[in-house]
Amino acid sequence: MIDRLAATLNFDREALNLRHERQEVLAGNIANADTPNYKARDFDFSRELARAVKKGGAEGGLALSTTSSRHLAAGGSGAGSLDLLYRVPDQPSLDGNTVNMDVERSRFADNTVRYQAALTILNGRIQGLKSAMQPE
Amino acid sequence: MSMFSIFEISGSAMTAQAQRMNVTASNLANADSVAGPDGQAYRAKQLVFEALGRDGIGGVAVSRVVEDPSPLRREYRPEHPLADAEGYVQMPNVEPVDEMVNMISASRSYQANVEVMNTGKQLMIKTLTLGER
Repeated sequence: MIDRLAATLNFDREALNLRHERQEVLAGNIANADTPNYKARDFDFSRELARAVKKGGAEGGLALSTTSSRHLAAGGSGAGSLDLLYRVPDQPSLDGNTVNMDVERSRFADNTVRYQAALTILNGRIQGLKSAMQPE
Repeated sequence: MSMFSIFEISGSAMTAQAQRMNVTASNLANADSVAGPDGQAYRAKQLVFEALGRDGIGGVAVSRVVEDPSPLRREYRPEHPLADAEGYVQMPNVEPVDEMVNMISASRSYQANVEVMNTGKQLMIKTLTLGER
């Protein structure tokens, strides 16, 4: 029963997790906007989400080590192996930096709104489950 | 990657940009310093930024402070006590226009990072209330 509940929330959890990871990648880009030879990074969200959901969070980067065959194999949802890509620069810069501040900031704002959307959806799902569990 | 690393990333960038602002202030303040502690004219200082963190995501750090190697400005002021035999004084190689541009760039980057940090904080607070009615 409980694992069914976890499976219900799995998609939203992975989506939220990846949104958070992307938030950090974009924050890193903005932080390094003045670093010479820094190359802006990002990842393909839909592809990473599909991969994370398929993996089911079972073999993430945070798996528990088991010392007995009777231990339960519990896996975390750490998306430890993101396929980070490099952003294609719009225009060359003298110091080899490919961060375009406007692009990064608009992506960051976009990602923020989508994070909140994922949060709202997950919250709605939890509320739905909670109300279904109420007596009468 | 921990939950709070967004604070580390933006925080390190804010530290670096504030340091850059300090260097700019020092350069502007010493734009006319004919002699420093070593008796030589002041040389403009610049910071070298370096990306931190593994696999490409992370904050930024100041790796070192370099001195501008461009030649010192020579000014003809024969009445000056530090003038050489020909009447020239070595003046600092600070370019006030460059420094102003640097200052504006640093302050804009600082603001962007403050914004990132604020947004991250708000999202985190919202996440903490997940599941509450």
